[in-house]
Amino acid sequence: MAKKIQIATAGNNDAKVRSDCFVSVEITTSGGLQIDLKSKVKVLFGESILKLTNDIFKFYGIKNAKIAIDDRGALPFTLSARMESAIKQLIDNDLEFLPEMINENNYKSSKESFRFSRLYLPGNTPSMMINAGIHNPNGIILDLEDSVAPAKKAEAQLLVRNALRQVDFYKAERMVRINQIPKGLDDLKYIVPHNVHLLLVPKCESGDQIKLLDKEIEKIKKQHKVKTPIYYMPIIESALGVEKAFEIAAASENVVSLAIGLEDLTADLGVKRTADANESFYARTRLVNACKAVGIQPIDSVFSDVGDMDALAKNVKISKSLGFEGMGCIHPRQIKVIHDNYAPETDEIEKAKKIVNAFIEATEKGLGVVSLGTKMIDPPVVKRAQKIIDLSISLGLISKDWRTENAE
Amino acid sequence: MVPTEINGQAAIPYKGVGKHRPEGRKFAPRIATCIDYPDDGDKRVPTLKDALIKSGLKDGMVISTHHHFRNGDLIANQIFDIAHELGVKNLIWVPSASFECHVPLIKYLEDGTIHHIEGSMNGSLGKFTSHGKMKGVGILRSHGGRYQAIQDGEVQIDIAVIAAPTADPFGNATGDRGPAACGLLGFALADSQYADKVIVVSDTIVPFPCVPWQIQGNYVDYVVEVDKVGIPEKIVSGTTEVTKSPDRLLLAEMTAQFCDEVGIIRDGFSFQAGAGGTALSIGIYFSEMLRARGMKARFARGGSNKYLVKMLEEGLTDFILDGQTFDLEGVRSMRENWNHLNTSPFTSYNYHGKGNFASMIDVVILGATEVDVSFNANVVSHSDGLLLHGIGGWQNCLASKCVILPIPLFRDRIPVILDEVTTICGPGELIDVIVTERGIAVNPKRKDLLKKLNGSKLPIKTIEELKAEAEKICGKPAKPKFTDKIVAAVKWVDGTVIDVVRQIAE
Repeated sequence: MAKKIQIATAGNNDAKVRSDCFVSVEITTSGGLQIDLKSKVKVLFGESILKLTNDIFKFYGIKNAKIAIDDRGALPFTLSARMESAIKQLIDNDLEFLPEMINENNYKSSKESFRFSRLYLPGNTPSMMINAGIHNPNGIILDLEDSVAPAKKAEAQLLVRNALRQVDFYKAERMVRINQIPKGLDDLKYIVPHNVHLLLVPKCESGDQIKLLDKEIEKIKKQHKVKTPIYYMPIIESALGVEKAFEIAAASENVVSLAIGLEDLTADLGVKRTADANESFYARTRLVNACKAVGIQPIDSVFSDVGDMDALAKNVKISKSLGFEGMGCIHPRQIKVIHDNYAPETDEIEKAKKIVNAFIEATEKGLGVVSLGTKMIDPPVVKRAQKIIDLSISLGLISKDWRTENAE
Repeated sequence: MVPTEINGQAAIPYKGVGKHRPEGRKFAPRIATCIDYPDDGDKRVPTLKDALIKSGLKDGMVISTHHHFRNGDLIANQIFDIAHELGVKNLIWVPSASFECHVPLIKYLEDGTIHHIEGSMNGSLGKFTSHGKMKGVGILRSHGGRYQAIQDGEVQIDIAVIAAPTADPFGNATGDRGPAACGLLGFALADSQYADKVIVVSDTIVPFPCVPWQIQGNYVDYVVEVDKVGIPEKIVSGTTEVTKSPDRLLLAEMTAQFCDEVGIIRDGFSFQAGAGGTALSIGIYFSEMLRARGMKARFARGGSNKYLVKMLEEGLTDFILDGQTFDLEGVRSMRENWNHLNTSPFTSYNYHGKGNFASMIDVVILGATEVDVSFNANVVSHSDGLLLHGIGGWQNCLASKCVILPIPLFRDRIPVILDEVTTICGPGELIDVIVTERGIAVNPKRKDLLKKLNGSKLPIKTIEELKAEAEKICGKPAKPKFTDKIVAAVKWVDGTVIDVVRQIAE
């Protein structure tokens, strides 16, 4: 056990920090475990925190250490991630102190899952993770990339791992944004074994990056006997990425969607990001086209003004009209607006019902041509109408028995 | 379990809701005579000290103040500075509520100038009490309970000091105007009616008559003019804003939806919501529903603020029945709008009256620090055992037709639903619904509500399920340790003792 540094720290205890803790550990040669616990929940959970601390240090075979814990109401998954992180800076040890995988977290996702909304959660901020699922986003993203400071990357990996095991996200698709490939490949071993459904791959610029990811994931899946598929949502954030959109979309069967990241893209283009977004029109339509060509979901960039719900709604409507099928969220209040505006509108549904009805009736009568009133309806129109109906049923906007219910 | 004697005075243990029947007649102050008061109506004396001396300030007296100036109160501390200077001891302070601005009084609790507090012990004063440092036993009363106790003679005020934003030399006073405008002075009504001596203190003395006379000069002994009676920005902070917290907004949205599904939101309904961020947001959701359906409320009760005023001015409610005014918009509206009415603990809350307004309200939205599986709730202490809040109008509001507590299932790591609350402030039989972000529990006694929720999309769960869910996330909390010493008693609305707070074991 080679000592790397003398005193290691992990976590956060800035004045406003909640549901987190700051741990400082110094390995000593005698005196046992000296635990100095400051906690706002000491009366209620002091004993349980001390027990957890003893368990972790025992697990790593550390008998003598000075441990200072400044706890701001951290849940056990956070406390243990912080302690493990501090310990691993002091000793070389690959063992993982894994909290229990709660039963609620054993659900699956599917390639076709709706991805209207996905809520970004900074990967080193436990307070934002705990209640994320109650806002019912289609997906939650534990972010290891831009929202985590470079010095905090290692401790975020452990926190995200523990969150995947212990935090109930209430059936939201479980996503993690890894770091850019190749650096992001280091993140995989903390994520892949813990029922992650989808990986966001930032600043993706080639199909080869995806193939590299495939290979690395296969390795880890085999090692940990993971059977369920892990999907990818590469994020296109550069001019080169835009040009390579089709190649990336087609690089692996695990790519289920492409997202566009306009902040970095406009910087790469050397233009200002405007509300009208004309500067990224080509990039967005190109991305939509690439996705549709492969049969996957095109996903739009986040809308950063979290206070302006009207502007967000307008933005979503435009996004939908271009063919996008979802958008990132950086605030839970955006979720409902995004869902409502990507969802089919009432007149859209009514029109689709008429078309599908006409089609079914024509088929029943053995007619080769479908018509509504005096208008002939082409097969692609029927297909689109059926898609809207399917979507409306799965969103609960109409009953799956809509035809019989409407018969009277 | 609760004592039958507190601070040397007999105490009646809680008997149940509606079980205690008072006997006898109300307390009455001494008969006064015009012989003792100036014919020209000018009752002014130069200083507060003069007024207190003339009022006969001496050891063991009961001194009352009101809290309409909230954290901007400048007068309560001065009273006890003067008492200390005069060497007076063992006073009993009866505020309608205490705030952090009253922390300087801790030194007088330590040196014996003040014996104990009857009213509320908030924040630092609560901690001081919890650590067993107060000489006597603190008494916690609701706003209605305070009126009841004064009216019934349980508390006999020797000197009431009523800080007023505007007054005249006769003692008529109002809260709706003046630099320290606070809206109304309802919390001081009982003090003016029942205290032996009444002192009005103001920084704005207008020639007689001061109208409206929220406090009537005929009750008043002395009037004192001071440079500054309160700190305006701390009286009406203007910072009472709807919450931006997504979790709290979700709570508000769920609560409003619940009210809608059980049929509470209808033309002519009434509601009361507090001034917290969540409660304010619920009002906004109510407004949206009323507007969309072309309905309006008959009245909204409670502390008024700009959101309620907006509802009144937009015609979404016929009346505001205001108990305390939280911002300048509320003060303006009270001054200008005849449908913005000022109320008092007598009209709204007094349990020993011929009815009160609280029981007529269709739905009330309240908070709590803890709730237990029997729906009993706590508002005065935290799960670590520390006394930190007063009761306010909370207990009185439980009389409403539907009582809803929207509360987070856990705060940081502290579960809100327990096997047993640390301190019982309200009996579970009066608490109908607990709304948390992870589910809504309806009191099984409310079969009518449960029936209306058949087929609801809201996450209806049992309170036990919610408790288990919180403990799964947070772990099961240990209980705080107490000594046997009683540091405070919690009174129920009828003057009986419902629970006590014990000293924290060090």
